[in-house]
Amino acid sequence: MKNRWIALYVENQVGVLAKVSGLFSAKSYNLQTLTVGTTEREDVSRMTISVMADDVTFEQIKKQLNAMVEVIKVIDLTTIPIHMKELFYAKVYDLNEAGKTEVFQIAQVFDQGGNVTVADVGPDSALLQCMLTERRNNELITLLKSRFKKIQVVRGGAVAIESISTSCR
Amino acid sequence: MALDITGRKLFVKALKEEGVDTIFLYPGGMITDITDELYKAEGINLVLGRHEQALVHEAEGYARATGKTAVVLVTSGPGATNTITGIADAYYDSIPMIIFTGQVPLHLIGNDAFQEVDIVGMTRSITKYGVTVRDRKDLGKIIKMGFQIAGSGKPGPVLIDIPKDIQTIAGDPEYPTHVDIRGYHPNETVHIGQLKKAYKLIKNAKKPLVLAGGGVRIAKAEDKLLEFAEKMQLPVTTTLMGKGVMPEDHPLFVGNCGMHGRFASNKALTECDVLFSVGTRFNDRITGDLEKFAPNAQIIHVDIASASISRNVAVDVPITADAYSALERLAEYAEGKDNGVWLDRIKGWEKEHPLAMPKNKMEICPQEVCQAISKIFPEANIVTDVGQHQMWASQFIKLNKGQEFITSGGLGTMGFGFPAAIGAAIGNPKKPVVLITGDGGFQMNMQEMAIAAGMGLPIIICIFNNTNLGMVRQMQTLFYGKRYSVTDLKASDGKFYPDFIRWAQAYDIQARRIDNPDMVEEALMDAKKDLKGPVLLEFLISPDDLVLPMVKGGTALSDMIIK
Ligand SMILES: Cc1ncc(C[n+]2csc(CCOP(=O)(O)OP(=O)(O)O)c2C)c(N)n1
Repeated sequence: MKNRWIALYVENQVGVLAKVSGLFSAKSYNLQTLTVGTTEREDVSRMTISVMADDVTFEQIKKQLNAMVEVIKVIDLTTIPIHMKELFYAKVYDLNEAGKTEVFQIAQVFDQGGNVTVADVGPDSALLQCMLTERRNNELITLLKSRFKKIQVVRGGAVAIESISTSCR
Repeated sequence: MALDITGRKLFVKALKEEGVDTIFLYPGGMITDITDELYKAEGINLVLGRHEQALVHEAEGYARATGKTAVVLVTSGPGATNTITGIADAYYDSIPMIIFTGQVPLHLIGNDAFQEVDIVGMTRSITKYGVTVRDRKDLGKIIKMGFQIAGSGKPGPVLIDIPKDIQTIAGDPEYPTHVDIRGYHPNETVHIGQLKKAYKLIKNAKKPLVLAGGGVRIAKAEDKLLEFAEKMQLPVTTTLMGKGVMPEDHPLFVGNCGMHGRFASNKALTECDVLFSVGTRFNDRITGDLEKFAPNAQIIHVDIASASISRNVAVDVPITADAYSALERLAEYAEGKDNGVWLDRIKGWEKEHPLAMPKNKMEICPQEVCQAISKIFPEANIVTDVGQHQMWASQFIKLNKGQEFITSGGLGTMGFGFPAAIGAAIGNPKKPVVLITGDGGFQMNMQEMAIAAGMGLPIIICIFNNTNLGMVRQMQTLFYGKRYSVTDLKASDGKFYPDFIRWAQAYDIQARRIDNPDMVEEALMDAKKDLKGPVLLEFLISPDDLVLPMVKGGTALSDMIIK
């Protein structure tokens, strides 16, 4: 079992999200995250999906998705260079001054060019806004959990796009 | 610019342009506009069933008998939900069909309006495509897409949900001749390299075997299969859905395989060294325990749906193609080959354990009834319901060219048989239909007799009455210590209801009860004589007859229960 990534171009129509997500529940595929948004064409949406699956199941998932009339294209992101980020927010509560400072320090350590910031602060709380890889986000959340008693996390699910290929650069 | 027309008018125009000659339908509030339009239309036969589930099975029988995409029209809400079992049946047996459902007007959708259900949502996992028409301008395009999708590639049911107001709004009068569907590209080519690889494997095999499924029939590749098998002297076994794709009296035909397949077929599958399978999805009823399926074989798999390949069985040479183009090529490549030793070995298995036929009985033997049907009706289409009688029919009916064997394979839907027989008779009025059904399954859709009798359809209904739900009872006999829980259909006073003979008389049709083995052939011959409408024959059989051989679900094909 491995974590794998697929991007789908789908018709931007009522019911398509239900159809795609329904496949995962109907066939007991282990869906991890699914994000969807429109593309430069308003009649086409793009989904980024991650699943836990073995090789055989993953092949099957791609074929099943391909067979759907509403799915225009399936791209396997597992083996190609991609850019992938996930937006998430973490609210940290019950902070004293030292705690707040620590939140700022953590943000600084994880930040790469402005993608981890303290977006808001209150008298005893702070809000972190992060846009990192999913794995880096996991690490950050683990750290926050170990350091602070009360946190609230909202994750957006990853969004990915193929890298600009060397031939085009 | 041509003048705008209403949705209902475009609907009828579309069906006419598609060459639809029959609609299986049941009216209701959300399709009264369309049925009103159909009232005025000429050249379309409107078949008014008695239950929407049966309508869909009728459409399945029609599609199987004609090869055409069948059309069903029902109202919203309960009309739509009643079709669901039929749609699932059509989906799992790849039957081309369009189900049109009425829907509440657009502005009421989502209100829990009277007779509103989300039928597209409910059927999402059992349709090839399903959609609600939300804009009158899309109506023609969507209907065209429906026909293109239902009948091409791996065929299947398409559901088109039409809100009431879409039916009455005026709009574009054109029905397109073709729609480009960017997400749908059924495979039309064959990978030559893979085919050559497959050919080489077969050529060098010592114990090659062909496993042919329903996909061969759908692709109309029977002749190519025969040519290929004959040239290379390949033994052929078929799945339940593939029954008949190889002439069953041919020396290379081994028999059906699977849970109730022939001993020789299942042995051959277990011992072959190269398995060439075409148009089958390796359903668990065919493979038994996957770990022990064709353990010594390199497997070649041809299927139109790439998702069917390497799903259940790991395949050495996958080929995504329709059966016709693959078999046509292979038949071209084929050179003579001597498989004499292997063929003799298979014949030896057949001799060792031919299909069991209980003899010297005072009672009617269901296997013999099937043989008699086969002999007396060499041209009829054969339709079955689901249960023991279905398996006996699959074992003992020998199909000739031009005979269809219409059965519910993937879903195993009791209640399928009678309406499917009706649909087959409607699709091909010149060909008589023999229905083989059980006393249980027949009761699930017997209300359709009103149309069989009313239309005078040439159907010989053979009820194998063992007064029990035989197939389940058989499992209780073999695996549950003969504890016959809820499988006896008799009332507490030991009486069986209904009296099928008197029931048939209520429809003014001929009916006869046969309890004497000597009368079986005569009864069938009598029924055949100037057949003008349905005839009902009730064969009284013992509840203790078993379908053998049997592979217990989940065990290896080689572990057959033989006696
Ligand atoms: C709709 C439906 N319900 C239940 C079953 C389970 N089932 C399979 S065979 C069978 C018994 C069929 O009995 P009958 O129609 O009398 O035929 P027989 O097996 O006796 O020939 C049952 C209950 C089914 N296949 N379909």
